[in-house]
Amino acid sequence: MENLLNIFIKSIFVENMVFAYFLGMCSYLAVSKTVKTSFGLGVAVVFVQVITLPLNFLMEKYLLKPGALVWLSQSFADVDLSFLTFILFIAVIASLVQLVEMVIEKFSPALYASLGIFLPLIAVNCAILGGSLFMSEREYANVAEASVFGLGSGLGWMLAIVAMAAIREKIKYSQVPAPLRGLGIAFVITGLMGIAFMGFMGINL
Amino acid sequence: MFSKKNLKLVTDPINKNNPITVQVLGICSALAVTVKLEPAIVMALSVTVVTGLSNFVISLLRNTIPKRIRIIVQLVVIATLVIIVDQFLKAYSFDVSKQLSVFVGLIITNCIVMGRLEAFAMANKPLPSLLDGIGNGLGYGAILVIVAFFRELFGSGTILDIKVIPQAFYEAGYMNNGFFILPPMALIIIGIIIWLQRGKYKELIED
Repeated sequence: MENLLNIFIKSIFVENMVFAYFLGMCSYLAVSKTVKTSFGLGVAVVFVQVITLPLNFLMEKYLLKPGALVWLSQSFADVDLSFLTFILFIAVIASLVQLVEMVIEKFSPALYASLGIFLPLIAVNCAILGGSLFMSEREYANVAEASVFGLGSGLGWMLAIVAMAAIREKIKYSQVPAPLRGLGIAFVITGLMGIAFMGFMGINL
Repeated sequence: MFSKKNLKLVTDPINKNNPITVQVLGICSALAVTVKLEPAIVMALSVTVVTGLSNFVISLLRNTIPKRIRIIVQLVVIATLVIIVDQFLKAYSFDVSKQLSVFVGLIITNCIVMGRLEAFAMANKPLPSLLDGIGNGLGYGAILVIVAFFRELFGSGTILDIKVIPQAFYEAGYMNNGFFILPPMALIIIGIIIWLQRGKYKELIED
């Protein structure tokens, strides 16, 4: 239990997807113009992350790792499919995103319209694939740990994009030097927020 | 082959239509690999290979891909190319491959690759697509290399692991700026690059 809490807090604050690893930056920069839209995208990312991570965990454990196919037959003991990791992970993610897209289109057309192109782009949101790859690199022990990591990293990403959107809504009223306006200042702000988030470094529950 | 139009496809993204600073594509998996110059160069080359070849392949297939499933088809092509690059790096430069860790895999979701496929390869002939892919890969690589150059120079006092800041400086009290090694600095350096670039090309300024 303690271990799960540790992973959760760590993945939100210490190892924040945006501020520590720069993952999911494309949609982070492009959609963070209003708080409402970014909140919607954040929820979609958390949702996809929470489902894909445990699923990819099981994929890895029972299909991809060296000797993972033993449950099928003893003769597969030395089959190593780990080179297929990328393609299988991305297939799981792409099909799930398609599902989420259909659900949102049905139940919240307003959100669907405002997310626009970025909903299908969750499929290529690096935070999602990055989460799965980090999970396999850090060798989490069981499904519970993988799901908690998914929830934490998704929430961390959402926290980052909502905070950024709030700042950008305010910064419209400031006098930023012309060449720095828009994208430039967004980068600098993200950098400064990253420095603030480094204050969480070294927290160990 | 290298007519003026084709040449422009390669040079434009390096300069005025840079994927990172202008099109805002492919920032994702890039910045974490810029602490040192060597992994940044390897990353830049890998991305160039993947964008170039995937643009080429998709452009060959563009008339046969059904529109509804094009994203999956594109992802499969990209993922295959990335697996080849990943296995190649593991075989021939294992240390760098370890340093890049998950970021080679993340080329799959690098928005540049996908973005160029959608914006260019789906509507153009194979050769221009190949050149467009290479150009965008290089444009992306150029930013990576610039950022990595400054971060390694000021953060570790080395370039490609060769010491460039003389020992006498350290004896006189100079210290490496540890701040440059930390992730946020990469963002701030890119912010400055954008500032300089837009100062030069006024038409890029956002209102």
